[in-house]
Amino acid sequence: MLLQQIINGIIIGSVYALTAMGATLIYGIMRILDIANAGAYVVGAYIGYYIYITTGNLPLAFILSMGLTGTIGVLVHKCLYGPILAKPHILPIIPLITSVGLFTLTGDLVRLICGAGTKAYNAELGFGAVHLGNNIVIAPEWILILVLTAVLFLILWFILNKTTLGLAWKATAEEPEIARAVGINTNSATALSYIIGYGFAAAAGIMVGILYNSITPALGETPSYKMLAIIVLGGLGNPVGTVIAGLFVGLSETLISVYIGSFIPKDSIAFIVLVLILLIKPSGLVSKKLS
Amino acid sequence: MSYIITVAVNIAIFALLALSLNIITGYAGQSAMGHAAFFGIGAYTAALMTNAGISFWLSLPAAMLVTAAAGGLLGVISLRVRDDFLAITTIGINFVMVALFQNMKIFGASLGMSVTPPTFFGAKMTPMHFLVLLLILIVLTCLLTRKMTKSWFGLALASLRNDEGAAMSFGINVSQYKILAFILGTAIAGLTGAIYVHRMTFIFSSSFAFTVSISILSMVVVGGIGTIRGPLLGALILGAAPEVLRFAADYRMILYGGILVLMMRFQPQGLLGCDSFILRGLHKLFPKDKAGEMNG
Repeated sequence: MLLQQIINGIIIGSVYALTAMGATLIYGIMRILDIANAGAYVVGAYIGYYIYITTGNLPLAFILSMGLTGTIGVLVHKCLYGPILAKPHILPIIPLITSVGLFTLTGDLVRLICGAGTKAYNAELGFGAVHLGNNIVIAPEWILILVLTAVLFLILWFILNKTTLGLAWKATAEEPEIARAVGINTNSATALSYIIGYGFAAAAGIMVGILYNSITPALGETPSYKMLAIIVLGGLGNPVGTVIAGLFVGLSETLISVYIGSFIPKDSIAFIVLVLILLIKPSGLVSKKLS
Repeated sequence: MSYIITVAVNIAIFALLALSLNIITGYAGQSAMGHAAFFGIGAYTAALMTNAGISFWLSLPAAMLVTAAAGGLLGVISLRVRDDFLAITTIGINFVMVALFQNMKIFGASLGMSVTPPTFFGAKMTPMHFLVLLLILIVLTCLLTRKMTKSWFGLALASLRNDEGAAMSFGINVSQYKILAFILGTAIAGLTGAIYVHRMTFIFSSSFAFTVSISILSMVVVGGIGTIRGPLLGALILGAAPEVLRFAADYRMILYGGILVLMMRFQPQGLLGCDSFILRGLHKLFPKDKAGEMNG
């Protein structure tokens, strides 16, 4: 029973980490809290859904949806955040309000275009559940999520640590001015953040759609704020911290709601943990240190 | 007519909320994103009091006091948790408060809370009475804010908003003024909540959700942050929008989101903020008109 709950928590937590990773990468470079990342999650889930029902090819749905949503992310930066941040004397709250506006806009646009109703996400995975011992069953959707999340994080780790682009990303996140001064292409580091950030959010959206076998235009509401809690717990802008914080929130949510009861709704647990931890340690659970 | 008064009361409530948030966000420059939580604390405090048989008129200052205490606590927190962390902490506080309202028996849990309509000299208060009360409070808040900006307190807030380190090095007690701004702003929000619950006679936790905080903040920013006229205009525009745009009900949230995005992209100082395109136009028409209050 306990082991089953722990596995459950890890699955949920890895989806959280994947969703929050985009916001972390974008914060790392731009120093803005991008709630609209949760909009990318909805858009990605819908793009993936339509590709899957027309072609029946799940890997294609994942890849195309991630690519398209990532491209949207770059456009959002070029047309919106870039020009806003380029203005002098900008209040720190302005980009945050922009992203809230953008999130509202995308959620409702999806509702108008695709309809407000719930759509069933019946994905054929081609493999069955795995039985561990007597009582523990790992459903095929869980295997998909675990494996895919692990692969995506490995790719991210590889890009950040083994490529020039990743080095540029880290330099820009650490000291944007100096990075620019020594000739690092900070624009490509920024574009990388948006492509990977929005792309990961899209993948997370599809995974959640498959996990709960449904998508609605309101899919992004819970992740929009839970993501914030996770990126702060992870030390704002720290990719490794985000993975730890995502798993931590997923596990504590699952275990608290099962073993302590439902005095407090599950979705606010992340924030209670967050407020407590911030009061004790104002710089987040994982202190800021890249890679 | 009664429809117009109902809408006007609604706008007036949001105008007060926007003005009160403006003290914290506009003048003190603190990223407070959970203002609806304090609106809710005031509302639930007042509801609990009048349900215990205490007069509506006594519940108003009491709600103010309780909310101000909570706001002062947030002020103390803001000394330690800053900027983006503060924004997220306040969002978190908003969610936690709504969860408490929704789950604790004393707050009516998921059933919400109802109160008996208050009386004024023995007669039941009509929407018109509420509107007059709110308008008086709006005028008082504007006067208070104006007095504040002209005082030592206002100057200190301007200095800490522009450069906290520099303000400190000049011997300004930054912490004290920050906490004071939080107390003032949240107290007015609590008072508004107390009036709101008696106007509606019924409240749910969802009336104080994070989206409400965003609406309040949008009003401040769309109108012009750090000015008195800005939040008033913002509350008027965004408060009336759902009614005016009723014909386009299906596109309302798109328009709302779109307006926010476009405003932030092209006019982040707000419609009536310092150096907005409207003010620049007015300056050309009336060259002697004074510039905004934001430059401090």
